[in-house]
Amino acid sequence: MSDLFAQAFMQHALLAGTGVALAAGLAGYFLVLRAQIFTTDALGHVAYTGALGALAFGFEPRLGLLVATVLTAIGLAGIGHRARPDDVAIGSTFGWLLALGSFFLTLYTTRPPSNSAGNGVANVSYLFGSIFGLSAGQAVLVAAVAAAAAALIVIGARPLLFASLDETVAAARGVPVRTLGLGFLVLVGIICAQAAQAVGALLLLGLVAAPAGAALRLTARPYVGMALATLIAVLSMWTGLIVSFYTSSVPPSFAILAAATIAFVASTAVGRRSDSGDIGRLGVRPIQGATHVRRSGHRSAGTSPPRRRPGRTRPHFP
Amino acid sequence: MIAVMASGADSAWSWNLIDDFRDMWSYPFMVNAFRAGSIVAVVAGAVGWFMVLRKQTFAGHTLAISAFPGAAAATLLGISATIGYFAFAFAAAVVVAIAAKPGRRFNEESAVVGTLQAFVLACGFLFVYLYKGFLNSVTAPLFGSSFAITNDQVVTLGAVAAAALAVLVVIGRPLFFASVDSDVAAARGVRVRLHGAVFLVVLGAAAAEASQIAGALLVFSLLVMPAATAQRVSTKPAVSLAVAVVFALIATWAGLVLAYYALYPLGFCISSFAFGGYLLARAARRAA
Repeated sequence: MSDLFAQAFMQHALLAGTGVALAAGLAGYFLVLRAQIFTTDALGHVAYTGALGALAFGFEPRLGLLVATVLTAIGLAGIGHRARPDDVAIGSTFGWLLALGSFFLTLYTTRPPSNSAGNGVANVSYLFGSIFGLSAGQAVLVAAVAAAAAALIVIGARPLLFASLDETVAAARGVPVRTLGLGFLVLVGIICAQAAQAVGALLLLGLVAAPAGAALRLTARPYVGMALATLIAVLSMWTGLIVSFYTSSVPPSFAILAAATIAFVASTAVGRRSDSGDIGRLGVRPIQGATHVRRSGHRSAGTSPPRRRPGRTRPHFP
Repeated sequence: MIAVMASGADSAWSWNLIDDFRDMWSYPFMVNAFRAGSIVAVVAGAVGWFMVLRKQTFAGHTLAISAFPGAAAATLLGISATIGYFAFAFAAAVVVAIAAKPGRRFNEESAVVGTLQAFVLACGFLFVYLYKGFLNSVTAPLFGSSFAITNDQVVTLGAVAAAALAVLVVIGRPLFFASVDSDVAAARGVRVRLHGAVFLVVLGAAAAEASQIAGALLVFSLLVMPAATAQRVSTKPAVSLAVAVVFALIATWAGLVLAYYALYPLGFCISSFAFGGYLLARAARRAA
């Protein structure tokens, strides 16, 4: 175990990884509650485009990451109703932005002075992360920024939880729902930019979704859930790093994601057995599809569609 | 492959469409690219239309991405890439169908789908890492390499496309009913869950098809953008479904031409045309 901590790259990875996991686990809890996991998907993909765009035009790639995710977070908050944009608009936009990333990759790898092999390595490391390649300065910066974002979420946790669980009532009670939504998404953007450096732009989604999904299955109490999501994320990170350290054939990003996925699957087994943790008690609004169903149910009950006699159900429909 | 493309690009775009297409189609690889692109566009347009209608963009994106580990696993094991694509897309479709159980608490489905997506990508990364073919073998399956389509692949694409469209024709009407109002559809005897699950498998097949052209990360463009555009153009189901298919075809053809003459990556070209159309439709709708 001592050789584990003796290696400088491992110290850096543990430092950065812990910061990123703290922030991703905590933010993930709110993202799942607020039905914004797809938004995170978009932010991760845009992070890649930001990094490759910066590389193609000769800027600092980490700055490109951050600018891309934060601008996208603001944009997504802007186009959506109450900072909740619709999936099709998000999907179309990030689909194209990712394609733009592939265009930047072509620019970057075919630019005359650069060597194609080195550029290919940069491409892979922004897609899938290179946590063992962080320098001391980079690791400290990643950990500090991620921890600061996490601290801001903790400070705003109470009103944000209220706004996430019942937006309408929160707004009626004077909670600045829109501002909170925007601020939260910007923080998520910042966290994604840090996480992209650790586990990669494509994989950070799992670090956000899996621990939060597991926590929400295990407990219905929000503050316990937040702590649990954060804990599962950090433990997944440590497990992944240690496994990858001792088995050289397994890349750290895969090991971290596999640990988080296993935690989620395990929570399914546990959560199903004791189904007491019903988040419905909290008055959480159901997913979009479910609200739609409920609304249409009310309508059809009110206008009472023509009843057909039982036993004469037609096999076809209008 | 770059050498092949460069040899094709000696001739510049002339605005004489007949000459341009005669020039492009003098290369067998370009003829196959157009054939495969057309097949994929029709399937992606039609399946994507239902995907957008059912608000399953996130699930669709995840299924599209599962083509990447499929390709990587096939390379690692030395089996046909087509088998890898379809095996992983099918497995992912089954997981999403199980996760999409109705009556579950809050947003579990999105957490499951998000976890699944990151996990399959991580698996793809692991397979590529183990294969150690690394640098070149990441970019092609992720971002597309359509100019290397063989005759056999076109035949396979055509067969799978025909099967997917046939299933869609059979389940189309009840699926549409279930997508628009699942409660009433269930009350009228439509097996909502079964149709939803079958649709996910069709979506997986369509994604696996399209990813061989556009790359796993960019398939999603071809699924979501034409459909999103079409649903802004018309509210009549049949009309907007037809518009989605036609628009997917136009974007694919325009993308192929641009990629051939400008040497830009194909996925980027196709999704730029598709995204441009979507923005135009949005702007027109707002102005009207």
